[in-house]
Amino acid sequence: MKMNQAHGGSLVSRILSETASNKLKEQASEYPTITISSSIADIVQNIGHGVLSPLTGFMTEAEVNNVLDDMRLLSDTPWTIPIVLDVKEANDFSVDDEVVLSTDGAPVAALSIEEIFKLDQRQFSQQVFGTQDSKHPGVARVHAMGKTLLGGKLSVIPSPPKKFAEVTLYPLDTRILFKTKGWRTIVAFQTRNPPHLGHEYVEKTALTFVDGIFINPLIGPKKPGDFRDEVILDAYRALMKTYFLRENSVLSILRSPMYYAGPREAIHHSIMRKNFGCTHFIVGRDHAGVGKFYHPFAAQEIFTQFPDLGITPLLFKSFFYCTKCRSIANDKTCPHPKSDHINFSGSEIRRHFKDGLIPPESLMRREVAEVIASHPEPFVT
Amino acid sequence: MSSKPKRKFTTVSIPKTLFEKIKDRIKNTGFSSVSDYVTYVLREIFAEKQQQQSSEQAFSHEDEKRVKERLRALGYLD
Ligand SMILES: [Zn+2]
Repeated sequence: MKMNQAHGGSLVSRILSETASNKLKEQASEYPTITISSSIADIVQNIGHGVLSPLTGFMTEAEVNNVLDDMRLLSDTPWTIPIVLDVKEANDFSVDDEVVLSTDGAPVAALSIEEIFKLDQRQFSQQVFGTQDSKHPGVARVHAMGKTLLGGKLSVIPSPPKKFAEVTLYPLDTRILFKTKGWRTIVAFQTRNPPHLGHEYVEKTALTFVDGIFINPLIGPKKPGDFRDEVILDAYRALMKTYFLRENSVLSILRSPMYYAGPREAIHHSIMRKNFGCTHFIVGRDHAGVGKFYHPFAAQEIFTQFPDLGITPLLFKSFFYCTKCRSIANDKTCPHPKSDHINFSGSEIRRHFKDGLIPPESLMRREVAEVIASHPEPFVT
Repeated sequence: MSSKPKRKFTTVSIPKTLFEKIKDRIKNTGFSSVSDYVTYVLREIFAEKQQQQSSEQAFSHEDEKRVKERLRALGYLD
């Protein structure tokens, strides 16, 4: 039985041994230090553990430009989002410096600086997000970045997460898990929300054709009004306990920032899941979109440009509840007019909870809704 | 990122008859040129070959033992 290989050919590990980690921690004060955000620290751990294989560190200028212009690394491997480290001041560093990256006062990695170059905000925003409108959250974040980028290889101190450790798996873990379970074909589901019936039907429709499903909520910085991470996790636990088979479903989180880069991010999400060992990736309507910045199906169409992606997208149109069919359906399975359909609207579900109500069972499983309602504050405030 | 190098292309030769055949074939498809089509097909073939050549398993027995222990402790494996 052969497992889907990691992106670019082999799973990267930039994790230091225990001895090397201890040594770096002891000597950290002797190196120049860059304080990084928790979001960059997540990316550092992801690079270390091969989530972003074949990347071994932060991109250099030629790599960034190739990704922006051609959506490929210099090795011709598909890649759509530049992975960069920004700093405010260029003068503090020189090429060939070893610097320590630290977060919350603790060292997390060493970076060997290969290149120091300028961030072109306009080019970055235009190519990645297709806009320079600062109302786009990704563009706003690019505007807030330091103007200097540091490229180079990382050596990462493995840092066990303080939160959600019990559902934190990296590609080596999932590859061994899938192998042990005897799964050959695995579909990944990316999410940032508690599951409603529409999600469940997409997941189960995909699962029908493969050996297992890897439900992989993205945990990262949130906006006010988003569901809290623990709420999303508890909701999925409740759903899977009663409505999924333990032998063919796995729940684990991925700590990674959202870029809201729509089509480019759909490719990025699928590459990360390929590295976890998945063979298929679910892409729904307006995947990783925000506002009206992308055509609802642009994130599906982009996959035609990558015959060499190495993970198969499963493209879904939206599911809805049809009062005539008296079942969940989609455009392909239901002949009735839109007036017979009840859409699974995320904002509708939010509104129920905000009003202290529970969404009807035609939208969300009772077990899931109750778990969400039991949280004193399900939303980020 | 200001002094970006231009995208690099090179030329390969294919028989004129094949070129015409491809040109004909890609009419009314998403491919805008024979070059686009040939690039697409070659990338597809390369990816297939790479997948076929990948080794059976990329981790050691020690890794497997250690990871399985953790997966059991977390309830992922029985
Ligand atoms: Zn119907």
